[in-house]
Amino acid sequence: MPERELTFAQAVREALAEEMRRDSRVCIIGEDVAEAGTPFKVLSGLVEEFGAKRVVDTPISEAGFTGVAVGAAMTGLRPVVDIMFGDFITLTMDQMVNQAAKAHYMSGGHWKVPMVMRTTLGATRRSAAQHSQSLHAWFSHVPGLKVVLPSTPFDAKGLLKTAIRDENPVIFFEDKMMYKLKGPVPEDDYTIPLGVADVKRSGDDITLVATSSMVQVALGAAILLEREGISAEVVDPRTTWPLDEKTLIDSAKKTSRVIVLDEGYGRYGVTAELAAVIAEGAFYDLDAPVKRMGAMHVPIPFSPPLEDATVPTEQTVFEAARAMCKPS
Amino acid sequence: MTTATSKPQAGPKPAGAAGTEKEKWLHAYRQMVSIRLFEEQVNEVYTRALMPGLAHLYSGEEAIAVGICQALRVDDYITSTHRGHGHCLAKGASPDRMFAELLGKEAGYCRGKGGSMHIADPATGNLGANAIVGGSVGIATGAAFTAKTLGTGRVAVCFFGEGALGQGSLYEVMNLAQLWQLPVMYVCENNQYNEYTHYQETTAGTILGRAAAFGIEAASVDGQDVRAVNEVATRLIERARSGGGPAFLQCDTYRYSGHHVGDINREYYRSKQEEHLWKTDRDPILVLTKWLTERGYADAASLDQIASEVRAIMESAVKFAIAAPYPNVDEVEKHVYA
Ligand SMILES: Cc1ncc(C[n+]2csc(CCOP(=O)(O)OP(=O)(O)O)c2C)c(N)n1
Repeated sequence: MPERELTFAQAVREALAEEMRRDSRVCIIGEDVAEAGTPFKVLSGLVEEFGAKRVVDTPISEAGFTGVAVGAAMTGLRPVVDIMFGDFITLTMDQMVNQAAKAHYMSGGHWKVPMVMRTTLGATRRSAAQHSQSLHAWFSHVPGLKVVLPSTPFDAKGLLKTAIRDENPVIFFEDKMMYKLKGPVPEDDYTIPLGVADVKRSGDDITLVATSSMVQVALGAAILLEREGISAEVVDPRTTWPLDEKTLIDSAKKTSRVIVLDEGYGRYGVTAELAAVIAEGAFYDLDAPVKRMGAMHVPIPFSPPLEDATVPTEQTVFEAARAMCKPS
Repeated sequence: MTTATSKPQAGPKPAGAAGTEKEKWLHAYRQMVSIRLFEEQVNEVYTRALMPGLAHLYSGEEAIAVGICQALRVDDYITSTHRGHGHCLAKGASPDRMFAELLGKEAGYCRGKGGSMHIADPATGNLGANAIVGGSVGIATGAAFTAKTLGTGRVAVCFFGEGALGQGSLYEVMNLAQLWQLPVMYVCENNQYNEYTHYQETTAGTILGRAAAFGIEAASVDGQDVRAVNEVATRLIERARSGGGPAFLQCDTYRYSGHHVGDINREYYRSKQEEHLWKTDRDPILVLTKWLTERGYADAASLDQIASEVRAIMESAVKFAIAAPYPNVDEVEKHVYA
């Protein structure tokens, strides 16, 4: 029997539906999450199955309903809040950084905050500077938070189920450009642990460490590289925290060359951290400095040719990797 | 829905409602004196440089915490502020573990990792003090969201100073609470000053007008009269508990000391005369003393007796905390994640 395929959006929805059936404490809170099923239609059908008490439409109050979710999580529910665009996490910062991330520690382990924030990242949707950012580095910086970046429908389902079962605040970033991406997704109840990287493709000459949709870019680049006789390994950390340092370092030692790809800003960003981890752990096995590729350090522009220039593509990754492996 | 983690721990009786009228108000007296003497010890310990960090004293505002917590069940929730010792004690925490927390000791409520501005105590429903002004309004509203969703019959009380009226998140959650008819009471402790600035310089319009804008049931009360506070709080809390929706209570009060213990020269923002007036004419302990003695429920000797019992408890709590060990340094990495 051929494997069942789902889109990334369907995989997210299936994870939510399964968890909501399994655990009546799980509820969804956010703007236009009920009948509208969000602007991306990721949640369509859930309010029909679970009712308006568990799929809760809110006013446009990101700080307010995120704060409510923190308190609800502390007192016995397992809320999944929906922040429509990742750019709007700015409005939730106090609730996530000063409240959710710290309640367990500050209380000496008494209170727990088992909540998930689902939000988006990713440019090239022609949405301009306030709807296109990839700000996951901000949360990755804060002890007490966990950050998940699924790159395939399979990972989306398994990681989201784990995130919902986790006892800590977890932020789950979905690249909005991947919602229609299809891939095999088992019907059964499987979970993927947080903090375990996945080698998406194995290779010998260069490691492409990539997150979220950059994994798809890296896999495309790997095919181009193969035609040039270069064997690329693609490693997806899947979570920026907890971070599976060992898998990254082992791959770097094996191939001796690394490019780190992430759609956030490189400066003080995820690529900076991953490159540092690899440089520290595999320094003596590297044949070249670790290279970083991410969003250009500019607000994301609207004009299509400008926007396209801001993010790594298969072609730019291919060229960078080829230059590293075959210096001219 | 199941109630896996949130079984009510106590019956529906308000914690302070046991017994006769006399017993109730003598209990309130004891609690107010406990807070006053607790804070006296904090001042003392702080001045002797035994307490790290900052100390924001609640002295002068005791009637609010006591009057409101007497109207709550043990399993009802509160959220508190940087000026939170009074709320914590009134909700039932014990002074020795509180002092241990203030000194950063392992025996403290948060194993020393929270300190004065972050004491939390699940056993008494204290979701925690908060050092972000307005920082706990979401948490309190969320606790009420859980109570309503799971049908636990609990109520959440959100204490904040009038300084938090400047924070937008307060109005976001008030809107949510009224839309969803959540059992939460917002308690604005209006001690007149946001740090070193009179609230009239920072607050346009009226305080209650803010609640009215959302159609939230609102009242104001003399925050120096514990009986008045308790009466209106009981009505609003029971209204919320029985599904009547959220409430907003403005309590007018005064903090006797500086914004924190080190705030000594205060004349540039308030006069000694003003301080004196509140301390003599409107002291919450004196107001209740007067009522208790007029009623014949107590006399000077019996009230002195209470005060000396409480003083002994506070002194031994301080001794306990000073003698208690600091946490082991390997504690530093514990509880980052659950
Ligand atoms: C978000 C935030 N801004 C500023 C501060 C610094 N700060 C601490 S207490 C305080 C004044 C608070 O006044 P109020 O809310 O009236 O409480 P009170 O101290 O009078 O009890 C300020 C500005 C803070 N802790 N949090």
